Amino acid sequence: MSNEVLVKVENVSKKFCKDLKTSLWYGVKDLVSGLKGNKQERKLRPKEFWAVKDISFELRRGECLGLIGHNGAGKSTLLKILNGLINPDAGKVTMKGRVGALIELGAGFNPILTGRENIYNNGAILGFTRQEIDAKMKAIIEFSELEEFLDMPVRNYSSGMKVRLGFAVAAQMEPDVLIIDEVLAVGDLGFILKCFKQIDRILPHTAIIFVSHNMPMVSRICTQIILMEKGQSKFQGEDVSKAIDLYYTRFANNESNVVFDDGSLKLEQVEIPDASYLEGIPQVPWGETLKLKFRFSIKRPMNVPFFGINILDKEQRPVAVLKRNPENSDLEIKDGVLEFIAIHKHLQLSKGLYSINISVSEFVRNNPVLRINSILSFQVNYEEEIWPPFLLQSEFKAVNNSVKSIK
Amino acid sequence: MELETRVYQKESNLRVGRLLRESLIDINKSRFLSFQLAKRDISAMYRQSFLGILWAFIMPLSTAFVWIFLNSSGTVRVTDTGIPYPVYAFTGTLLWSIITEAINSPITSTNGSKSILAKINFPKEALVMSGILKLLFNSSIKVLILIIFVFAFGVGFHWSLLLFPIALFGGILFGTTVGLFITPLGLLYTDVGKMITFGLQLLMYVTPVVYSIPESGIMKTIMEWNPLTPIILTARDLAVGMPPTYLTYFLIVVLGCIPLLFVGLVFYRISIPILVERMSS
Repeated sequence: MSNEVLVKVENVSKKFCKDLKTSLWYGVKDLVSGLKGNKQERKLRPKEFWAVKDISFELRRGECLGLIGHNGAGKSTLLKILNGLINPDAGKVTMKGRVGALIELGAGFNPILTGRENIYNNGAILGFTRQEIDAKMKAIIEFSELEEFLDMPVRNYSSGMKVRLGFAVAAQMEPDVLIIDEVLAVGDLGFILKCFKQIDRILPHTAIIFVSHNMPMVSRICTQIILMEKGQSKFQGEDVSKAIDLYYTRFANNESNVVFDDGSLKLEQVEIPDASYLEGIPQVPWGETLKLKFRFSIKRPMNVPFFGINILDKEQRPVAVLKRNPENSDLEIKDGVLEFIAIHKHLQLSKGLYSINISVSEFVRNNPVLRINSILSFQVNYEEEIWPPFLLQSEFKAVNNSVKSIK
Repeated sequence: MELETRVYQKESNLRVGRLLRESLIDINKSRFLSFQLAKRDISAMYRQSFLGILWAFIMPLSTAFVWIFLNSSGTVRVTDTGIPYPVYAFTGTLLWSIITEAINSPITSTNGSKSILAKINFPKEALVMSGILKLLFNSSIKVLILIIFVFAFGVGFHWSLLLFPIALFGGILFGTTVGLFITPLGLLYTDVGKMITFGLQLLMYVTPVVYSIPESGIMKTIMEWNPLTPIILTARDLAVGMPPTYLTYFLIVVLGCIPLLFVGLVFYRISIPILVERMSS
């Protein structure tokens, strides 16, 4: 039972037209050829492009496929094909079981009607019967936490409240295949956590197709992954972390930007000495020493300032900061140049891509002198992918050894 | 438990029988959805309106009054209709409004659900059915007014009035069938909707809505061929208790519509995915 393939996608392609007028005309032609059975092979007509090209995968119960890629890569189009909203131009999709789609929450809501009435509207569109909705009403209201607003017209709801109500109804589905597009982006944190709890609950007995730009989430729940680019699968497989790394290198922003500069010193060079490079990015093995070599030229007489070196993850969230240099260190300015190496031993950041922001300030007065973002990127290497930002050294020691030895 | 399997591919299976069966199964399965959608639209419409239900017959009433006035003031001399002219004009405009509404119904309800069509997979036939339900709701109010008219002008009760719903049903059937065929194109091009509104306005003048078929001439030929003529005439004859003169043609039109309606449903079913692809993101 758990091994059956619920979703089978074979060489699916879909083309779209860039021009509206032409698109409509092709629509008329497609209507006619639809009546003839669409037996002939589809080729690109003028002004058309492949929005999805040659995608194949299989998904079993309990598995979760992550679909990632930048905007316009064809993810949503693929989802629409999987959901049966549009037909592919080539290939075949076979879906088994009840398909639930969290593509739009609150479909069928009428703004004039109250929340309670709209629960019925939305439920009906999602395929519930009246009896089912009656039976689940209590659960829906509870999940949405909107009891006091239930008899208010939905047009007075905030967008977050609408999504809450929509998800509360959708959460009652018990699908075999669940398709999730980024619908959970709205809503407050508590609600998002609640949604993921719900998804975690149904995950073991459902095949999930998950589209997201939230990589920690993807690496948390997905068992296989497709990285799409221009409609094609750029990477496909069970190595979720590799796909995520590839995804991030698409956005690798190597350009540093100066946030603040009072003109007193200039960053001439920053590098990781003796590092090996992969695709232009210095590599640091996990557990080794991270060395950052800086060279500043000093434009105005000053004392040695202090340096705040922040490490940010791929999503530009600060994950760590190096302890700043003490006031009386042996750093010194020679011939208008300040050169030093910042060292961090036993690097315990987890595998992934990081970037560095630097802020320079004067001692005592704490005046900012220079702030530059993304002065350097580096990659931490380790065989194992984890999604928390740190992989900490650990030792596990048995405690009952001594007891045994007494015996 | 055997899981339901769905296959999506380019090739549509052209076995009309199977498509039709699926379509009818979906209609049956989605009864609650159709009802709910109709209820949603009706209650939303009336909740936001002060005159509410009045709007359903303000249009046909006003058209009828214009003609009643034209006739009574002698501006336009209408040939004798055999029944009080206000009853004739009003039954005509009411029936006409029901038929035009039926023709427009599939395209309006599909258009109104564009956004969900592009996001959620549900039995699309429910949209057509909810359109018909809304139509039935509106029509039932109109029919009530019509009956009041029939009695108020002293036409009185005839047993044939009980057969009136059948004629009305014929009209709705005809309208829906036509509507289903124009919906796919109408969703692609807005021209189609405009053409329908425009065409129906012209068509009204070659249908015995506010005046009867002339004794002779080209107009007589056109009106007698017009498939809407037997529907309007039969319905009116039944309502006022006159012998229905166009009964045979009426039966031909209505019976002819049944297979065409099924073809229309199949066409609609095949077309929707193609339309969703072109309609919106």
